[in-house]
Order: sequence, then structure tokens, then C-alpha cells
Amino acid sequence: MSTDLLIQAIVSGLLMGLIYALVAVGLSLIFGLMEIVNFAHGEFLMLSMFFSFWFWALLGLDPLVSLPLVVAALAVIGVAVHYGIIRHILHAPMLAQICATFGLALAIRSGAQLFWTPDFRSITNPLSEGRIEISGIFIGQPQLIAGLVCLAAFIVLWLFVSRTETGLALQATAQDRDAAAIVGIPTDRMFALGWAIGLGCVAVAGAMLSSFLFVFPDVGVNFALLAFVAVALGGFGSIMGSLYAGIAIGLVESLGGVFISPSYKSLIVFSLYFAVVLFRPKGILGRY
Amino acid sequence: MARAPDAALEQARADPVWPAAPRAFKIMGLALVAALAVFPFVFTGTFSHHVMIMIFLHAIMAQSWNVIAGMSGQISLGQALFFGLGAYASAFLYVKWGITPWLGLLVGMAISALVAAAIGIPTLRLRGHYFAIATLIIGISFQIVFQRWEWIGAASGIFMPIERETPWFSLQFHATKLPYYYLSFGLCAIAFFTVWLLQRSRLGMRLLAVRDEPEAAQSLGIDIAWHKVIAFMISGAMMAAAGTFFAQYVLVIDPDRVFSFEISVLALLMAVLGGAGTLWGPALGAAILIPLSEYSRIWFGGTGGAVDLLIYGVLILLICIYQPRGLLVLVTERLRRRGQRNE
Amino acid sequence: MSELLRVEGLSKRFGGVTANEDISFDVRKGEILGVIGPNGAGKSTLFDLITGFQQADSGTVILDGRDITGLRPDRIARMGVGRTFQKLKPFPDLTLLENVMVGALSRTANMHEARDLALEAISFVDLLDKRYAFARELSTGQRKRLEMARAVASGPRLLLMDEVTGGVDQKTIPGLIDLVFALRESGITVLTIEHNMQVMMQVSDRILALQSGKRIAFAKPDEVRKDPLVVDAYLGTVDAA
Repeated sequence: MSTDLLIQAIVSGLLMGLIYALVAVGLSLIFGLMEIVNFAHGEFLMLSMFFSFWFWALLGLDPLVSLPLVVAALAVIGVAVHYGIIRHILHAPMLAQICATFGLALAIRSGAQLFWTPDFRSITNPLSEGRIEISGIFIGQPQLIAGLVCLAAFIVLWLFVSRTETGLALQATAQDRDAAAIVGIPTDRMFALGWAIGLGCVAVAGAMLSSFLFVFPDVGVNFALLAFVAVALGGFGSIMGSLYAGIAIGLVESLGGVFISPSYKSLIVFSLYFAVVLFRPKGILGRY
Repeated sequence: MARAPDAALEQARADPVWPAAPRAFKIMGLALVAALAVFPFVFTGTFSHHVMIMIFLHAIMAQSWNVIAGMSGQISLGQALFFGLGAYASAFLYVKWGITPWLGLLVGMAISALVAAAIGIPTLRLRGHYFAIATLIIGISFQIVFQRWEWIGAASGIFMPIERETPWFSLQFHATKLPYYYLSFGLCAIAFFTVWLLQRSRLGMRLLAVRDEPEAAQSLGIDIAWHKVIAFMISGAMMAAAGTFFAQYVLVIDPDRVFSFEISVLALLMAVLGGAGTLWGPALGAAILIPLSEYSRIWFGGTGGAVDLLIYGVLILLICIYQPRGLLVLVTERLRRRGQRNE
Repeated sequence: MSELLRVEGLSKRFGGVTANEDISFDVRKGEILGVIGPNGAGKSTLFDLITGFQQADSGTVILDGRDITGLRPDRIARMGVGRTFQKLKPFPDLTLLENVMVGALSRTANMHEARDLALEAISFVDLLDKRYAFARELSTGQRKRLEMARAVASGPRLLLMDEVTGGVDQKTIPGLIDLVFALRESGITVLTIEHNMQVMMQVSDRILALQSGKRIAFAKPDEVRKDPLVVDAYLGTVDAA
């Protein structure tokens, strides 16, 4: 019985961890590229959940169907954020950079509250529903699909960054933007691309979450916190670091919830963060 | 030899160490203090008193953030934890053992300073974003702990029983907001005077040096970590004082109210809007943002909370893009240079 | 003359690159010791190792008989070792006077005294009329003087100066050289890095020549000038230019 519980906790932690990882990698990618922490990351997650919700509520499209549309929308927003805001603060003091994304977060969240009210909404009867049983272990189908889609997105991202010419240019820009500019890489466009990909990742995660979580203006906050923890653990700018840290957080949260107390699960995750930060201030795989 | 004539040196020595502010500025300052002192008698509406009290309170909070971030360059996103500690310390002492909040104020400040040291010693090694994220997570952890801590009321918090006999002992005033007005005015004045002194002290100048060029500061024998920890302790104590005042003002506190992340955000936004690192920036930021939020709450009713935050967000975004040094900085620099040239 | 600083077998590697290898020399009280070498010879690394901004892989640094190897930079500074930086580091949002006062505050906690000490140091580098200008508004030459004044105001026994004349226009060089002499007169021992060979030959009592992180000569200017290794590594190219 307790082994079942353990396996159950591990499986659900792993699936949630994959979602956290995808949220975190967007944050990490943007930071690695231009050393800007996107404090509006959770708000973009919230936006993509709302987009999925409205596609379903207004057009009857399931989140799985509208996924490409949501990703495209967030990618466009990402590019707009870069050209409208980030480009102007790239050389500003760090305080201005932090406050700018902060201000953006505040504006998006309160805008959502204003236009969509603080109500909790949910998508009923999504395509992926119910749960499946494999020898006594129950797995929610939406969670399973969400985890797998996020894993797939992660693999696509990794292949893109490490195997394509544009991806390599992206990496070069992250390592040394001046040197990259000298060899003819359009760094500004790389930054915009980074924002598009970063928010695209968030969009995948958000769309998947919308089929089994409530959608409301503050929904992104907790995910953003976990993403910060993941990125701080995995190392800012490290893609694989985000994956490992995301999964680790999902597992710690789930196991802590089962074996210690569900109401302390975020504290347990934060304690893990403090323990790591005390000994490795720049994360386990940090390259800075 | 490249030595300047001694006459020039003698002349320079005759300058005051701190150039006096221009007379126009002094007169304006005195006029402002006088206006604030008589304000409650000119505008007698309770709501206008409330708005002013909120401005004073938030100016203290913004100033607290300013000490750690504006003066020593470490961006804290967890200031709410000191606010909460201050509120809880005095409320708890009063409710459990009948200790006057005046003493609670000092206890809260001391606890906050100690907690700031405990947090600062390991985390102030972290530069920039790492410190910001660490304080963000620590602040939220405090909120979670207080939400679950039964001994101090957990999520329902602390309710201070109404007491009308000895208002200055229990620091509760029910008939009028006037005492709260002058209390917050006084606390705010003390906070700003402290920072004014700090800026003119060895510690304050060294903090600015650490903020601007840590390595150069080190090369002059300045212990960077120690100075930042001291700044964080001062900042924490200041925030705690604001927390105690708030607890006495509302008389009901709970973790979501006094440890809320929004408090950290507000402190930061006001200081940045007015001008981080300047003495008066935090006051200016509070004086702009508080009326905005209090009046929008009236105009827009229940959803006002979202309208003001929306405006805050957009404002701060614009400030960061167009004038990252804050609104006040242009004025002060001009005044300061004019003052020095008029010697 | 007695010895103020002794460096023994100092080595430092960055990844595969050896920045300093087994460097030994001594600095006597009251002398001006110049460090020369082509770009990348390890001069600035040597300064960073002495002042604690980098940790040596091996070797020791002894100041007036006390081992200061591996101490934090601020502790070494408090023991009387001042420095300027090759990449200038003024406090941009402070005025010149405030910059130098921060230095003077290492000697006194009294603001009035600190101000007077700062004014003396500023007068020493001949920038009194700029004292209320913000550091970010000063020219490169003025910022070099600022750094010098700031370091002097902190009351060092030994001052390490990285590239006094680098990056400033030719006209101001004689003034800067006078300053170095004036520093010595005021009782400060000077260890200086220079690119300008003429300046170096003129001001130094002894010269330490580095190449590729190794010491290739350590002697009086006249002898260093004749040293075949130095001529090969450095002087030859300068004369040819």
C-alpha cells in the first residue's frame, strides 16, 4: 500500500515537474540571453491559460486544439515585449530592469482582474479527462498528457537550440553578445527570438494546465515562484538545469505533500532552495 | 609640483562640510512641515486624514526599501516580512501579556533587525538578481509560516480587543484619527531624519561607495558584506516600525494582510517612482501613488484595487524606460549644484 | 633601506593560462618600484594578488613582516595598502569631494576631519576647482587623479598604481609624473605599473620586468635597460616603433 502511495507520488510529481521545467526554462533562456529576470513570467502563464479558456468558451476549441494558436499568440507578445520594453532597458541599471518587468507583471495581472474579474473559471469536459489506472496507480489523463506535451516541447526546444543554426546563434549571443554581434549575428533579433521562445514555452505549459486547473488572474504567481526556485537551483541560463530542477521540485513537492503535509509543500520546496543556495549560490549547474 | 596654491585650499576648507540647501528650498520645506501640521484642521474629513496617514505610512515603507536597495544597491523583494514582524510583535505582546505597543514597537524593530542580520549574512553575498529572488522567496516563506502557526493565530491572525480607557497606553484611538495622523507624521519624520543623518555619516557614504563600485570600496578598506548587513538591519527595523503602526491603526492583522508580497512591491514601486537612492524620492512616490489608489478605490468601487495597480504598473514601466533614476532626481541634482555654486 | 613588501614565489593560473609564475621581489620603504611588461605579462594580476582581489595558487605576500596572503582586500587595505585600478572605478554618483572623503573616512570617523583630509588630497592632485563635480562628469585624466587622491586620502603606506599615464593625453603626463614623486616625498612607498617606458625609466628606483607571467629582470633602470631579455621582450619593439 505504501509503495503504491510512493509510486503514485513519484508519478504525479514527475508529471508536474515537467510542467514546472517548461515554465522555468523560458525564464532561464531569457536570463541567459540578456541577463534580465522576467518577473512577469507568471503573468504570461496566466495569460496563456486565459487564452486557452477563451478559445474553449467562445469558439469551443479544446486547449489541445488551440495549443498552436496560444503558443503563436504568446510568441507574438514576447516579440512585442522585447521591442516595446526590454530593448530600451537592456543597458539600464539592474534596478530599472527588475522594476520594468515587475511593472509589466502588475499591469498584466491587474488588467486581467479588471477585464476578466478575479473569478475562478474552468474548462469543463476537456478532451483529456478522467484518469487511467495502471496496476493500482492512478494517473490523471490531463496531467499525463500535459506532462508528455511539455516533455515533447522541451525536446523540441533542446533540439532547436543545440542542432539548428539559429539555435547555435542564440547560444553564441547568450555567451557573449558583443562577440556575437561582431561575427554578424543580429543580436537584437536573437533577443526577440529568445522572448518569443521563452513565452512560447510558458504558453505550452499554460495551455496544458488550463485543462485541469482553475483559471484566474493570480494563478501564475505560485508557478512563477517555483520557476524562480527552479532556475536558481538549476542555474540561470542553463536549459538542462531547468529540466532537472523542475522535475526535482515536482518530486519534492509531491513527496513532501504526501509524507509530510500538503499545506507545507511549497515551504519544503523553498527549504530545498535555501539549502542549495547556501552552498552553491549560483545553482547546481550555474554557469555564471 | 602640481600642488595648488595654499590660498585655494584654505578657501575650500572654509566651506561648510555639507553645503546648505538654497534658501527657497528651506522656505518650501518649512512651509510644507507647517502645512502638514495644520492639515487635519483645514481638511477635517476623516477620509482625507486617512489618505494622509497612508501616505506617511507608505513613505516610511518606501524609505525602508530605499536604505537597502537605493543606498546599498541590494534589491530586496521581501520587505513585507519585516512589516509583518513589526505588526505581529507589538500586537502579540499586547494581546498576550498586555504590554504597551510602544514597547512592542521597539521589540518589533529589534526582532526585525536581528532577522535581517540572520537573512543578510548568508544572502547578501549574492549579488543582484540572486539576492532579489532569495528575499522574494524568504518573504513568502514567512507568510506561509505565519499562516500555519497556531500559537499566533495562524491564518485568522490577531484581533486586538477594543480598549477606550487608556488610549496612549494601548495606542488605539476610536473617536478620531488625529492621534494616528500625528503619530504617523512623527514616525515618518523620524525615519526621514534617520536617513538624512545616515547620508551624512561615514556609514552612509560608505554604503553609497559599496553600491557604486564595490571593488573600489574594498580597496579603501571597506568591509562590503558588513556594511550591507548593517543597511539591511536598519531597513528591517524601519519597516517593522511601519508594521507596528499599521497594526495599531487597523487593530486586526493576519498573515495575508501584513506579510503580503504586495507590501514589498508597494515599498519598491514608490521609492523607484520618486527616485531610489534619494532622500525625498520615497516620500514623493508615496504622495503620488497613495492618493491615486485611495481615490480610485472610491471612484471605481470594488474593482478599484485593480485599477490603481494597473496604473502603478504602467507608471513604473514608463519610469523605468524613460527616467530610471526616478522623478525627483532631476530636481534635486539641479538644486544641489546650484546650492554648491552659491557658496 | 628596510623592506616594506616581500613577494615570494607568487603563481596564478586561469584555466590553462598562467598569469603569474613564481614571481619574487621586494619593495623597500620609500622607493618607487616600477613594474613593466608587454600586454598580458601579468602585471595587473600581480596587483590583484598582492591586494587580495585574486587568490594566489601558491606563494606568499609579506607586508612589513606580516603574512597577508589570502586576506580579504578590505583587510589588506586597512593594513595600509592602497591601490588604483587600470579600469577606473570612481563612484560615479558621488562628487569628487565625496569620492575622496570615502577614502579619508578610512582614517577618521569625523566628517569634518575627513573633509579636510580629502581637500588636502584633492589639492595634492590639483583638482580643487572640480571638487563639487560628479565623478561621472570628469575626464579620464581627472578620474585618474581622483583615484589617486582617493587612495592617498585613505593614508596608505604602500600605494599600488595601475597605469598612471595610460589613456591620458601627452600634455598631462609630466604633471602625473610630478605627482608620483610628490607621493614619495610625502612618505608613501609606490609600486606602479606603466606602459610608457620613458616615464618608467624616469621615475623608478628599481624596475621589475615581467613577460608571460614570469619575472625576467629585477634591477635598477639602467641595468634593466641593458638586460638582453628585456630588450628582446619589450624595449626592442618600443625602440623600433
